[in-house]
Amino acid sequence: MFRTGIEPPERVWWKKVHKTEKVWVWIAFGWCMVLFAMMPLWHARGGQNPSGIRATVGADAFRDRVNEFIADYQVGTDGNIPVVEPPPGSDIYLEAAMWYWRPVLRLQRGAEYTLHLSSLDLNHGFSLYPLNINFQVVPGYDYGLRVTPNEAGEFHIVCNEFCGIGHHLMVGKVIVIDPPAAADAGTPSDRADVGSDASADAGGGR
Amino acid sequence: MNAFRTCPTTGLKVHSQADALIKANAVVATVTLLIGGIAALLVLLTRWQAVLLLDAEMFYRMLTVHGMNMLIFFIIFFEMAVLYFASAVLLNARVPAAWLGWVAFALMVVGTVMVEWTMWTGRADVLFTSYVPLRAHPLYYLGVILFAVGALVVVGHFFAILVVAKREKTYEGSVPLVTFGALTAAIIAAVTLLHGAIIYIPTFLWSLDMMPVDPQLYRLVWWGLGHSSQQINVAAMVAIWYLLGAFTVGAVVLNEKVSRSAFVLYILFISMASAHHLLVDPGFGPAWKIWNTSYFMYMAVMASMIHGFTVPAGMELGMRLRGATQGLFGWLKRAPWGDPGFSSLVFSVVVFGFVGGITGVTFGTEQINIIAHNTLRIPGHFHATVVSGTAMAFMGVTYYVIPLIFRREIAFYKLAKIQPYLFAIGMVVFSMAMTFAGTFGVPRRHWDISFSMAPFQPEFSPAVDLIIGVMAVGGLLGIVGGAIYIVVTVVSVFFGKRIPEGESGLGMEGRGLPLGITNPPRPLTSADDGSDLESRGWLGTIPGTMVLVLIFLLAFITYYFVNWNLLSFVWRVG
Repeated sequence: MFRTGIEPPERVWWKKVHKTEKVWVWIAFGWCMVLFAMMPLWHARGGQNPSGIRATVGADAFRDRVNEFIADYQVGTDGNIPVVEPPPGSDIYLEAAMWYWRPVLRLQRGAEYTLHLSSLDLNHGFSLYPLNINFQVVPGYDYGLRVTPNEAGEFHIVCNEFCGIGHHLMVGKVIVIDPPAAADAGTPSDRADVGSDASADAGGGR
Repeated sequence: MNAFRTCPTTGLKVHSQADALIKANAVVATVTLLIGGIAALLVLLTRWQAVLLLDAEMFYRMLTVHGMNMLIFFIIFFEMAVLYFASAVLLNARVPAAWLGWVAFALMVVGTVMVEWTMWTGRADVLFTSYVPLRAHPLYYLGVILFAVGALVVVGHFFAILVVAKREKTYEGSVPLVTFGALTAAIIAAVTLLHGAIIYIPTFLWSLDMMPVDPQLYRLVWWGLGHSSQQINVAAMVAIWYLLGAFTVGAVVLNEKVSRSAFVLYILFISMASAHHLLVDPGFGPAWKIWNTSYFMYMAVMASMIHGFTVPAGMELGMRLRGATQGLFGWLKRAPWGDPGFSSLVFSVVVFGFVGGITGVTFGTEQINIIAHNTLRIPGHFHATVVSGTAMAFMGVTYYVIPLIFRREIAFYKLAKIQPYLFAIGMVVFSMAMTFAGTFGVPRRHWDISFSMAPFQPEFSPAVDLIIGVMAVGGLLGIVGGAIYIVVTVVSVFFGKRIPEGESGLGMEGRGLPLGITNPPRPLTSADDGSDLESRGWLGTIPGTMVLVLIFLLAFITYYFVNWNLLSFVWRVG
């Protein structure tokens, strides 16, 4: 006899499951296994994983690394923020603090960089617009992500973790240029006017 | 014993202290819902970039108020009422230590007042998550601690009621499924509130400069509270699904073993969900992330998929047994759509599953989280689960609690009948628009997405303005639905027409009582074993539900793989 959920069940309720219900339970189980398998599979075959190189780093130590990085590769300034153009394959450093991202990065399309993210004060959110790539930036931790830009253009870094009253002011910039072989004009560092680099397809990230 | 009254509608014996504790907790829940709702309106009118009502400081303050009141105070006060209802009332049991119930209630109220004071006076502009090293006034943390201790005492009290009921043999055999679901919620609540103590006590001491707190560790343990508390909601909501199904259409339990095992899966694995918030954090490796975000290979997701099947299937079978046997969906056609308890139940199941569940599992996938973390996709997801799912179910059950516990008729009953429709449609539009805006990278918790004063001005696609406008319209509709709910419940509870003592409400149509009370579903007998129902092969005797869940599965698969596809276009990162 059937009962509702507000009545105590029959004395013995450990009963055989009806066929239809069993079918659904197995379908659900199978789908859950697919969901689970996709993540390791993407680590093996996919190109986007949030693994990175993970370490701890103090605020002062990280700031020193950023300053050294800027001193080595600075090619100009944008507003009052230094612009750096590191060589492909290098370690690059991005400092998050209330309320700025430093420096502005100039990267080559198709080259891999190890992007180190850390914060000097609160939690911040690295959100690369318009691509919609998002990572958490936690003070005291160095998140080293190997990134390979796949299109040229101008991108912005929006902070998407609440970090106080000036949260909405915290916008940074990444410029991706075509590699020298593909670009028809000189070496990348010849381009002094970094602001005008935005290519037409910058807005069509997706 | 005159401490008990016999409910003329259900025949259950209700202890007077259970009555009183349910009422007290439900009333405070509604007050905090009102506060959170006002904050919701202000936040919405600010995020609607065309209006931008508040300045930045007030926006983040109101966002903090909205989050704390809705996600903590409203929900947990309501759940305390649910715990007393599912134990003392459904089991005909007494409340063994009513004084303890009142002490717990007082602790929770004092804690709430402390938190409200610090928030409203600008001493805690730290948002719901209060990520260290953002700093609030010490009384903010202390308030949360008092509230959590009070809630923990109620959970202990609930266990005590179960023990007393068992010992005094107030019911036969095993507890009903709804009580079992509430027990699940209570066990998860105990684990969750312990996480709360583990993180808020050190943070309280940190706010007094007495010890350090690591920001990453804070995020890990805090989400053991923050996400797990949403899992209390899930368990409580599913219990209410079974409850409302029984009240409105006489839904049956297909198989107690399956439904109860699914609840056990929640208890075992659902607390691992802290990881959902840490998928793109620097502190954890891929193995840890995959294992935890999947709740032990998605066993808690499987539990929800089982409930998402057994609840409608129980409704379908219950109705077919009572003669609604036409075609695949004849039972849905004959369902009591004018009963706000029933419409709330249906919207809660459908929106929780189709919008909240599918987006949640997808965004909680380790790699897909890269294109979802901290964008509007996240609040889009949880407004579909916790608002359209949990709050909707709580609203639906209120339409039964008012006559059964408060013994009042529902005021403005015609308005109450359309309330679930307004609220559900508004919230669906709101959640989906929010989720969609998030796919363009629009950040959550952000005062000004025009970045007008920032050093650089990224420009969002023009589509975003339109989507945000749609979101605002949906949100406003939802707020209207919520406001109607508050007006109806407050007027009913304090000024509603009393139901005469001993009156069951049977046949009293047109009097502000839901159909499940005026025309309750016919009780089933042992003759109703389903043997005379047509069985359609592997679709069995519940073909309508089977078709519906297969549509759900198709939507799930599609959305999930579309997101993998979206992810594959962005930069290589690893």
